Amino acid sequence: MGGADVSERKITLRVNGRTHEVSLPGHRTLLEALRDLGHTDVKNGCEKGDCGACTVLLNGRAVNSCLVLAWQADGATIVTNSGLGTADDPHPIQTAFADAGAVQCGFCTPGLVLSAKALLDANPNPTEAEIREAISGNLCRCTGYSQIVEAVRLAAVRSLKGSGEASHRGQSATDGSHSPSGSRVTGEVQ
Amino acid sequence: MTLPKFDLLQPSTLGEALEILSTTQNAQPIAGGTALLVEMRGRKAEPGVLVDLGRLGDLHGVAPAANELVIGATTTIAELLKNPHVTERASILRDACSTFASPLVRNRATIGGNVAQGSPAGDMAPALLVLDASIELRSVRGKRLVRAVDFWKGPRKTTRKSDEMVVSIRIPLSQTPWLSSWKKLGLRKADAISVASAAVRLSLTADGKCEGARVAVGAVAPTPLRLAKSENALVGKPISREAIAQAAAAAAASSVPINDVRASVDYRRRVVEVLVRRALMEAAWEVLT
Ligand SMILES: Cc1cc2nc3c(=O)[nH]c(=O)nc-3n(C[C@H](O)[C@H](O)[C@H](O)COP(=O)(O)OP(=O)(O)OC[C@H]3O[C@@H](n4cnc5c(N)ncnc54)[C@H](O)[C@@H]3O)c2cc1C
Ligand code: FES
Ligand code: FES
Repeated sequence: MGGADVSERKITLRVNGRTHEVSLPGHRTLLEALRDLGHTDVKNGCEKGDCGACTVLLNGRAVNSCLVLAWQADGATIVTNSGLGTADDPHPIQTAFADAGAVQCGFCTPGLVLSAKALLDANPNPTEAEIREAISGNLCRCTGYSQIVEAVRLAAVRSLKGSGEASHRGQSATDGSHSPSGSRVTGEVQ
Repeated sequence: MTLPKFDLLQPSTLGEALEILSTTQNAQPIAGGTALLVEMRGRKAEPGVLVDLGRLGDLHGVAPAANELVIGATTTIAELLKNPHVTERASILRDACSTFASPLVRNRATIGGNVAQGSPAGDMAPALLVLDASIELRSVRGKRLVRAVDFWKGPRKTTRKSDEMVVSIRIPLSQTPWLSSWKKLGLRKADAISVASAAVRLSLTADGKCEGARVAVGAVAPTPLRLAKSENALVGKPISREAIAQAAAAAAASSVPINDVRASVDYRRRVVEVLVRRALMEAAWEVLT
């Protein structure tokens, strides 16, 4: 049965550019370790891989942090939603989520933003089907997904139009649109 | 809720990992953890020691050889999905990866973990059965190759001994151009365990005679099944809708499903017939139309 005397070990987690050294036993998950370190933008929904609220980028790949043991992430680079951008300096994907009305209660949003980031890094101009596939591990119980798909599409379109840094801050100001129609946005790049 | 306590060992060589498995009571490998950690949370498994396979580099990756494709046990489903050798030479395995869980789970879940877990609903099994793959097991006692048809013995039971590790999956490459198709039904389109699944491979002559047929199904019996009766309904005859209907009916007759949270016995038996028929129709489509 489960060993009573489990030893702790010191591991290094590089989260959003900051290096943390933490001591914990082998049965703690990466999700628990991150939340204990104050990264509460990583949400605990189901702890069994079903909901995607705990999504992080682990060495660039989007994973369920509830299914990773913290020791397995020793030395790894981790990015959470707040590592992409903050309320004062949002990432274009985060801006697009706000502009498209893709956030209601917001519990799913950090995970969805990261799944969208992983998608757009690999495929800057995804189809609707590819977007739906990419976010299929992230459950949202509020929005019904249409606005989320639209948000990812909007982020893609904006970054294809502008590029890199230039589009980062000025995005919502220049675009100004609060709920762009999906078909119009899609039409711009196809 | 936290996981039950265990000791986690992280060996850096295969030899070390095999040594631990042979000398430690109640030790179990952990690869992606996407099956095991969920079971442990539900207290369906309580290993005292977990042996992390994540640092064993030599168990990872796809190596193409002249007559086989060797897939390391810790290769992830996401990696298989992107691998050009898999797409070119074992496309049915790629297809099974494309409907597997979600991209998040696919980035961690490994083919070795899927095979070793031995779930009747494991999505790698039907593809590996129709590819006639073998599973390479290693322990301090030596190594052995087990054909996929002989590997799964019951729900979560395989021929693997507790001191053995799955080290690779070996897929023989044939000169025959096979047509293949994979059909999976889950409770929703994405991120769902199979209610039933079917993998088929056909080898047809230019005038449409069926020279070879392999049919396998998942989640409709205590183990994934290769279906000789369905295959016999096809081989040696011109491919036709009638022959396909017979093969599909044979699949329903050969299946011994269970009632569970996902579906009833009756539903699974009906649906597996439909999946086998659709898979065969799709594989043979060019010839039939
Ligand atoms: C949300 C969700 C959706 C899922 N959807 C699917 C799906 O669509 N299709 C599907 O088939 N599965 C699905 N699964 C189940 C699971 O993801 C797969 O079975 C996966 O392939 C398991 O691999 P792993 O590396 O995560 O294994 P682990 O969880 O690490 O291990 C599983 C078992 O295999 C043993 N093991 C692992 N590697 C080895 C090895 N090399 N040698 C010997 N023993 C080993 C472990 O001891 C354990 O008993 C899903 C799981 C989740 C959480
Ligand atoms: S908390 Fe990890 S997937 Fe739900
Ligand atoms: S906004 Fe509430 S769960 Fe998605």
